[in-house]
Amino acid sequence: MTDYKMHLLICGGTGCKAAESDEIKKSLKNWIDELGLEDDAQVVFTGCFGFCEKGPIVKVMPDNTFYVNVKPDDAEEIVKEHLLKGRPVQRLLYTDPVSKKAISDSKGMNFYKKQLRIALRNCGFINPESIDEYISRDGYMALGKCLGELTPDETIKEIKDSGLRGRGGGGFPTGLKWEITRNVESDEKYVVCNADEGDPGAFMDRSILEGDPHSVIEAMAICGYCIGAENGLVYIRAEYPLAIERLKIALNQAREYGLLGEDILGTGFNFEIDIRLGAGAFVCGEETALIHSMEGLRGEPTFKPPFPSVSGYLGKPTNVNNVETFANIPVILNKGASWFSKIGTEKSKGTKVFALAGKINNVGLIEVPMGTTLREVIYDIGGGIKDGKEFKSVQTGGPSGGCLTKDFLDTPIDYDNLIKAGSMMGSGGMIVMDEDDCMVSIAKFYLEFTLEESCGKCSPCRIGNKRLHEILENITNGNGKEEDLERLKLLSNVIKDTSLCGLGQSSPNPVLSTILNFEDEYLAHVNEGKCPAGQCKALLKYEIIEDLCTGCTLCFRNCPVGAITGERRQPHYIDQSLCIKCGVCYEKCKFNAIRLS
Amino acid sequence: MTKIKTVADLKRIKDEVQSKIKLRENSDHPEQIVQVKVGMATCGIASGAKETMKYFVDELEQQAIDAVVTQTGCMGYCYAEPTVEVTLPGKDPVVFGYVNKEKAEEIIDVYIKRGELIDGVIPITFKTIDD
Repeated sequence: MTDYKMHLLICGGTGCKAAESDEIKKSLKNWIDELGLEDDAQVVFTGCFGFCEKGPIVKVMPDNTFYVNVKPDDAEEIVKEHLLKGRPVQRLLYTDPVSKKAISDSKGMNFYKKQLRIALRNCGFINPESIDEYISRDGYMALGKCLGELTPDETIKEIKDSGLRGRGGGGFPTGLKWEITRNVESDEKYVVCNADEGDPGAFMDRSILEGDPHSVIEAMAICGYCIGAENGLVYIRAEYPLAIERLKIALNQAREYGLLGEDILGTGFNFEIDIRLGAGAFVCGEETALIHSMEGLRGEPTFKPPFPSVSGYLGKPTNVNNVETFANIPVILNKGASWFSKIGTEKSKGTKVFALAGKINNVGLIEVPMGTTLREVIYDIGGGIKDGKEFKSVQTGGPSGGCLTKDFLDTPIDYDNLIKAGSMMGSGGMIVMDEDDCMVSIAKFYLEFTLEESCGKCSPCRIGNKRLHEILENITNGNGKEEDLERLKLLSNVIKDTSLCGLGQSSPNPVLSTILNFEDEYLAHVNEGKCPAGQCKALLKYEIIEDLCTGCTLCFRNCPVGAITGERRQPHYIDQSLCIKCGVCYEKCKFNAIRLS
Repeated sequence: MTKIKTVADLKRIKDEVQSKIKLRENSDHPEQIVQVKVGMATCGIASGAKETMKYFVDELEQQAIDAVVTQTGCMGYCYAEPTVEVTLPGKDPVVFGYVNKEKAEEIIDVYIKRGELIDGVIPITFKTIDD
């Protein structure tokens, strides 16, 4: 076994590779060989560190020295000074922007602290099918503490003091919800876990249930103790088979240990949890529709009030919380409300999990303290935009949210700031778009989703969204007029004001926010008949640039509809009336002689 | 399984489990015991984590390398699935991305057996509540 004393990790992500990290690696290796250190130090490429702003990155292990903006010429100094003499190269260290001090150990960097895992604390750490591993990480200790040492009111006070707000989207204070449900007199109450994650692109609830199901079970039992319920229900979509399987295993283990059932931990408290499968309708994430679906009725929302806290499942007081909200509870009780409330912003405490997707390098699941900016999430953690393209917009909050421009990149993310910016937190889907995305088409895409998912009970949502979609369809087909923008806004506001439930009230948000932030793109569609991003096929025109065309006949031979004519070695010509805009000629042409306009 | 009847029982189990894991770490032959965790959430499985895990279990057994292979949830690096975390005794855990059969073979041959790192390490960029 070769016993290397040092490892030099060099970033092999796209950004750093573009900045010559290949050369740096070669150079480091040469110097290591030259000085005879090849048995002591090893150079390896790693995946993206995410800190592309300061790339290329070289990290020296085991002392965690983090070098930024490294150039191939710096290799000599790193090897001679650091590896040979053990003196880190000061000028290449990261300087903290606030304190102006050079930081050597990457664990002391703010960048490393940008992600803090609370709800995801056990995901990717423990075996989700082993209750013992959960217990070894303080599992069920919070339940034990509540049942043994705290009254329900004291527990609720702790949750209220922590400042935890619902992670499903609305952001209602969790402790307050528990208190309201507790204060309603009833012979029977229910705890419901909303695992009907429906936002396109969001998968944090699934990941928590797949990676750490016991944290949700423990929190539901604590909630039951607080509000006075003996029964819990998890409403989960049937499309999540693995999450369901792991949850079932976890429930059985908890029952075998007596952590669910009767007389839990000898305190006389009884609690049992059942699973209810949903068919995966978006509207069933709305709590009244969810409850109806669990009762065996159609998954349609009803008017609030009465709120579920007063009259919910089977007409009994019901406390509905989202998976991620529950996953935070045991940590808050173990570490204390004051620990939790130190994290985040004034009105949004703790962390939020985001599912990063779209045109971003590091697609994945991240958890950041509230108040982190979009720029930090997209550029530092997400590693920036794919293929070095220009950032255009980020969509947060799923079909109920909105699209934010680069003007909002430095806005700290929390519930209130996102609403002020015209979007919302939602469940935490974050879809990044680049210069090639057409915002009108994006709005149309989200509307298509709500159109399909609308339950059809109230007319503003059922008919209004259909009309909105028709107008957008016209615009993307090149038949839009400038007046359409006003009609879109008017209709959107009517739908928002008059729909019955959250789905309809928020469905026009993608339309409104794209008109607000990208009005010029709409105007280009309706006034000039152009799609600036080049996505709306009906507005595109493929043309042959005569000067560049060599008459190779490749496009002519590949055109599926025979729209291209021309003699060999003579410039060709596209008949626009026949062209179906499939783009084959554009892809096949070897001389860049086909232009999109 | 015995029932946990009191908070003291719970703490006892916690200590037991922890000492078991400690034992794993500080056993008599630390150079022989390796921990491999395979990310087995939907994202991982969709990218072939099941085959990767099976390969690790079979191959480590066949080569008589004393190792514990377990599954775990989503580590968050969905772009690089399947992801595998390998902890050599006395060393910090290292996460590898895009671990298919070939990569798994390389991990066993180069990292687990010889202690040399290989390309494709994924830097951990988050803090946990224990930090």
